[in-house]
Amino acid sequence: MMTLLDIKNLDISLQTAMGPARAVRNLNITMEKGETLGIVGESGCGKSMTALALMGLLPENAQTTGEILLSGEDLLTKTEKDMCKIRGNRMAMIFQEPMTSLNPVYTVGRQIMEPLRLHRGLSKSEAYDEAVRLLDRVGIPNPSERVYNHPHQLSGGQRQRVMIALALSCSPDILIADEPTTALDVTIQAQILDLIHSLVTEEGMALILISHDLGVIAENTQKVMVMYGGTIVESGETDHIFSELTHPYTQGLFAAMPKLGMGRKKRLTTIPGTVPDLINLPQGCTFTDRCPLASGGCRETMPGLSDLGNGHTVICHNLEQAKDTRNGELYS
Amino acid sequence: MTRTVLEVNNLVRHYPLPKESLFAKPRFVHALNGVSFKIEEGQSFGIVGESGCGKSTLARNVMALEDTDSGSVKILGNEVVGKSFDEIRPLRKDFQMVFQDPYGSLDPHHTVGRIVAEPLAALEPLTKSETAERVAEVLDSVGLKPTDIQKYPHEFSGGQRQRIAIARALITRPALIVADEPVSALDVSVQAQVLNLLRDLQESHGVTYMFISHDLAVVEYLCDEVAVMYKGSIVEKGRTEDIFANATHPYTQTLLNAVPQPGTGRHQVR
Repeated sequence: MMTLLDIKNLDISLQTAMGPARAVRNLNITMEKGETLGIVGESGCGKSMTALALMGLLPENAQTTGEILLSGEDLLTKTEKDMCKIRGNRMAMIFQEPMTSLNPVYTVGRQIMEPLRLHRGLSKSEAYDEAVRLLDRVGIPNPSERVYNHPHQLSGGQRQRVMIALALSCSPDILIADEPTTALDVTIQAQILDLIHSLVTEEGMALILISHDLGVIAENTQKVMVMYGGTIVESGETDHIFSELTHPYTQGLFAAMPKLGMGRKKRLTTIPGTVPDLINLPQGCTFTDRCPLASGGCRETMPGLSDLGNGHTVICHNLEQAKDTRNGELYS
Repeated sequence: MTRTVLEVNNLVRHYPLPKESLFAKPRFVHALNGVSFKIEEGQSFGIVGESGCGKSTLARNVMALEDTDSGSVKILGNEVVGKSFDEIRPLRKDFQMVFQDPYGSLDPHHTVGRIVAEPLAALEPLTKSETAERVAEVLDSVGLKPTDIQKYPHEFSGGQRQRIAIARALITRPALIVADEPVSALDVSVQAQVLNLLRDLQESHGVTYMFISHDLAVVEYLCDEVAVMYKGSIVEKGRTEDIFANATHPYTQTLLNAVPQPGTGRHQVR
């Protein structure tokens, strides 16, 4: 049995006027069918670039090295023509902003029919029937009337449901959801996450859920990767990570988040400084400038991967100290 | 004896929809259906609700940025509804606003010094040196350096830009700051810095906040009182602790249950 998705040493750099911006450094992911993986991090940490690289949708100024193996085939060496056959068919993506990712001048029915006719070779009437079935599947009422609606006639939650129907149309092996609920209200967010979860379980797809919201990740994934400045700083089983936050950044991120029920007595913990500039990253650990544990060698050399057992891995020079501060005094 | 900074009474705002045909009756979006509340000095009043529930319409009406259909808004006892812009201008130094988008709300052509000083130029006749003094003072209180005066907004990160926007709101020494989703465009680690800043400024300057957010955890952290809005009306209002501990309205309960919580080991029950 071949691994469904195997990303090896992926590096992405973007050529800019100010020099190369290293968006992703030395990324490794393996996923099997039916697994759910969460990628969490702040803006500019490389989450979305990773997703775009998988889909072969990187901007033109991007340069990649490494391998992205989908069932053994390297996607980075594929031609655009070959990628068109994979994209939407074996791998599909749900974007953050459902308003701008749907075409406003076509009916939603026509947009769902497009991949069905292209990838599955259905006739027009077959594709129409399938589009109605898919809309019904994602919980849109009156699907046979809604297929004739344009995106502006639907609410934000319904548009995101249409995006999900589109992504599901060819039963992909991997579904990538890039901040699928960030533009939605909490109640709608819960409905959409429920929908994605049940569809993924029924179809046995692998799901990559990208979000900056630790709560969304904690409740919807089995494994999680925390990214900072283009590198994975901590990864492992979701339940395990949230009970044993180890990397100084993960600890800070968790402490900085306002949580329901914490009241107003306590002050929020802050991580000093701001997210790093990807053009002038330090040679070593990208978190050095904001890390309370940073010591002499941090800036110069990249820390190695330490395994804490149960597949929980952390990249940090001062691992022992980081472990000792798990009870939350690191930033106080 | 604390004074009432903001008193809103039975505020109504309906937006007309385009007519479906020439003879059809005009239809309306009922953005605000008789909203009333009061904020005492030095308190933070949170307003939560989904998009489209009328939160931002409420902010614009309190700030007298658009015409109100009926009702009254009193800021420090002065009625603002039904007055012309010229009549309201002298009152504006008492109420200022911080917007959601720190990228769109600062003029990219102006230096930070000019952006921050602008409300003063409109509201208070001060000499150049007095203005410079006030600018330096507010920049210091929001944690920016005096050298930042010469810089332009693009040289700052999102969190720092929101500090500039807060400095601009603070410079007239207002009694009330209306903040419409001030942290929702920011990253988690930076969001915490801005939230702590807002709290510190309340302690040092005694400002009153009307704080609009869709994020319940943020409101719980910052606000003394909270009002839950749904379809243009306030459905529940009270002390933050009480609302979050014993929400009585079903809509508030739905909102609270929908918030994903990390670290509780909870998975969505499906």
